[in-house]
Amino acid sequence: MTQARDEIKIGGLGASRKRVEDNRFVRGKGRYVDDIVLPGMLHMEILRSPLAHARITSIDVSKAWQIPGVRLVLTGDMMAARNLAWMPTLSYDTQAVLATDKVRFQGQEVACVVADDPYIAKDACEAIVVEYEPLPVIVNPAQAVAEGAPVIRDDKENQPDNVVFTWEVGDKAGTDRAFAQADVVSTLDLHYPRSHPSPLECCGSIADFDRSTSKLTVYMTTQAPHIIRAAVALVAELPEHMIRIVSPDLGGGFGNKVPVYPGYVASILASILLERPVKWIEDKTGNLISTGFGRDIYLRGEMALRNDGKILGVRMYTDSDHGAFFSDAQPSKFKIGLLHSAFSCYDIPVAHLVNRGVYTNKAPGGVAYRCSFRVTEAMYFQERMVQAAADDLGMDQAEFRRRNFVRDDDFPHRTPWGFLTDSGQYGKCLDVGLEAIGYQDFLTEKEEARKQGRLLGIGISTMTEPLGAGNSREYDILGIKMFDSAELRVHITGKAILRTGAKSQGQGHETTWAQIVAHELGIPAEDITVEEGDTDTAPFGMGTYASRSTPVAGAAVSMVARKVRAKARKLAAHLLEVSEEDIEWELGRFYVRSAPDHGVTIQECAIAAYSNMPDGMEPGLENVAYYDPPNLTWPFGCYIATVEVDPQTGVWDVLRVVAVDDCGVRINPMIVEGQIMGGLTEAYAMANMQFITFDAQGNCVGSNYMDYLLPTAWETPGYELHEVVTPSPHHPIGAKGVGECATVGGPAAFVNAVMDAIRDTGVRNIDMPLLPDRVYEALTKRHDVSGAPPVRTDDE
Amino acid sequence: MTGLYEEIREEPAADVPVRRVSITVNGAKRTADVEPRLLLAHLLRQGFTLTGTHVGCDTTNCGACTVLLDGQPVKSCTMLAVQADGHEVTTVEGLAGPSELHPIQEGFSDEHGLQCGFCTPGMMLAAKALLETNPDPTEDEVRWALSGNLCRCTGYQNIVKSILWAARKLQSQAGT
Ligand code: FES
Ligand code: FES
Repeated sequence: MTQARDEIKIGGLGASRKRVEDNRFVRGKGRYVDDIVLPGMLHMEILRSPLAHARITSIDVSKAWQIPGVRLVLTGDMMAARNLAWMPTLSYDTQAVLATDKVRFQGQEVACVVADDPYIAKDACEAIVVEYEPLPVIVNPAQAVAEGAPVIRDDKENQPDNVVFTWEVGDKAGTDRAFAQADVVSTLDLHYPRSHPSPLECCGSIADFDRSTSKLTVYMTTQAPHIIRAAVALVAELPEHMIRIVSPDLGGGFGNKVPVYPGYVASILASILLERPVKWIEDKTGNLISTGFGRDIYLRGEMALRNDGKILGVRMYTDSDHGAFFSDAQPSKFKIGLLHSAFSCYDIPVAHLVNRGVYTNKAPGGVAYRCSFRVTEAMYFQERMVQAAADDLGMDQAEFRRRNFVRDDDFPHRTPWGFLTDSGQYGKCLDVGLEAIGYQDFLTEKEEARKQGRLLGIGISTMTEPLGAGNSREYDILGIKMFDSAELRVHITGKAILRTGAKSQGQGHETTWAQIVAHELGIPAEDITVEEGDTDTAPFGMGTYASRSTPVAGAAVSMVARKVRAKARKLAAHLLEVSEEDIEWELGRFYVRSAPDHGVTIQECAIAAYSNMPDGMEPGLENVAYYDPPNLTWPFGCYIATVEVDPQTGVWDVLRVVAVDDCGVRINPMIVEGQIMGGLTEAYAMANMQFITFDAQGNCVGSNYMDYLLPTAWETPGYELHEVVTPSPHHPIGAKGVGECATVGGPAAFVNAVMDAIRDTGVRNIDMPLLPDRVYEALTKRHDVSGAPPVRTDDE
Repeated sequence: MTGLYEEIREEPAADVPVRRVSITVNGAKRTADVEPRLLLAHLLRQGFTLTGTHVGCDTTNCGACTVLLDGQPVKSCTMLAVQADGHEVTTVEGLAGPSELHPIQEGFSDEHGLQCGFCTPGMMLAAKALLETNPDPTEDEVRWALSGNLCRCTGYQNIVKSILWAARKLQSQAGT
């Protein structure tokens, strides 16, 4: 007989537990950075460059100082005097905090004003007079590497051109041989456009330097507080124990809140100089034109194919546009992130990838926008190439994928670019998706519709992606290894507090981490408080991005709970007066193997840890665990969209979207589904409308929500979700990352669907977003449509 | 001035015009001297410390700042505080008392209608205005009513479900 707690009832693994954080959010009682008010707080605003590339000839701040209520005006020269005009980036480059010599992108930070209120600070910014001497502007990689191109980073030694790096992986000679044997070579040129993560809340900080204690406290919008603490220690040359970073509630992040931004640094310096708290809250235009963009990669892709559908080899030649500073956070070994995880779900003998990164006169970009370091580009390229290859062979797109999938019994599987995928049932996921959408019926319907001049299309996208960096052998940022941590304290009454080095931005960690503890210890989830984001209390962690929370911090939560359980077992043996070997565990309770009725609960063990421990045992019931994952986790997604394109206008409507996600064991199915639907919406947005482009002068087209189009409830389609469960073989509870799968895999499903609908035109590609005018151009002119900047603007 | 004292600045005060406004906020009359250019969103947030009203853009697009002005949803970032003089404003803090939740708040929690929570107050107030005029909306009507509010996290499907949940609860409470 068993007295184990019912896992779902106590809010354990698999429970669709309501979120505990909602209670404050629905009351408007969230505490975001801009909600925090400190006594004596001042306000900072930033003056930004209107030009994309220009030499600064003079800055006159005298009129700004004359405005009553202005407390400080900061310029690049003042920063330089303190050795703070430049700061190191997370990718071993440097970035200007405030411009000294020249501006290198539109929106670059030129000066800051600190004043009694933000209105005065804005007025004073407008009173600053800056004279610029315009320079030639570069907005794409082709211009960047052209003969005679102006060198953007003339501040750097040994930087004779605009190439940031060249990075190569795979077997070039072997790939050449595979192509020599191919029956068919399929090629495709693609651009994954620049986009912005654009969380609804912009970036901001409140720096509070206390001269009397020498302590600097910074409340800020960061997804990785401990990395920021290390960076501030380096940049501001303050001792690390005197820096406290607090990341309160975040209004979304999606990768935008990982880098270190000049505004943070300037607010810190201002607080040190003025000895008062200084708040900086970015406006939306500042956020969109200057902070971490995502994507912006150009591909020439080639596949060597055999007539029976077998992929013999793959080549990917890519150019990535990093903007003026290489400041995205990538694992330091992999310059272009995990782009080389492309094609991991297919059994490909040999492959070769070369990436060239370039500087341009655009804001620094390439952050992991809802993606595990460039996997979004990888999987989009992969799935567009796969569809083109199937078309070139005249083969059904589902059948072509199935024929090349890694088989279920072939794990762990080594990819040609060196990853080791852990597990999956790819064919099954595809079958579930095809069944759900009614694949054969839709193909028939499509043919019928075509006879009436209607254009229907179906697009499939299947992919596995590496989530949960690192292991520490291969993954580090600035040399800090990518592990994560959790600390668990069980109180005397059996309630507990858990802290981790991760940082929720809407993912619901306060809810789900407690569920993992409930699963491991049988303590009801509602008895566990979860805290994150304060570097003075949380154990060191690398933060939350790249879908790494559940794979890494979540695993640490499991491991720390197991450590606590191991001590509780000793306490149980003491209470039950038997030896540890004679004890069994069931959820929430230890019992004597030979007498199952004779047992103690975990709560009774907790009391004993403080009141009745055996001789020689250290009191207390708490522990900390640092988890270094043996591998990444490899979830699988199959996304299928059906669309109808209007031949008169190029407008396309989504008919249905089916998503099949295999993210291993689901901690909280409700939250997982919420993540998938959010991800699908970003995928739809990328395919349909959401991009940031530039004109020939480097003006950002998309600097506010009137120009940067995000879907509302009205445009956004409904979703049909399905699941397959293949537990991760190495994660302690078999979970895999999931937060970005749909964003990564989704875009190709929509684009493939539109390309399928207009297949009769012979057009191979329209670059995202598939705006009606681009689709219309493809339909009427019957040629591919590129979306690369510069774009024509209304003034031209 | 509401505190025990007001510090007199040594430097000459700027020549700033000031207007007195009286606004009934969540049922209580609030009076303040404001610069004519002060946005209603900023008066609510900084002046009245009702920080549940969020600011997510500068162009009247996101709806995070949505409040009800005499029962109608307005974007408080696009309205001057002086324009609200003499009117009634409802913010998220006025949806329910401290101990109970409004059915719309319950619906958002029950149907997982929020993730980061930044858009949520605006969404809920837009929903309140909808349900007051249309207690039994279709999914399309809900989507249309929310089309001035952006959410970057949820993909909207659960927000729509939350509001339909609230509609059902409100109707059953009303005994219809
Ligand atoms: S802040 Fe008012 S609409 Fe965005
Ligand atoms: S819940 Fe984050 S913006 Fe809507």
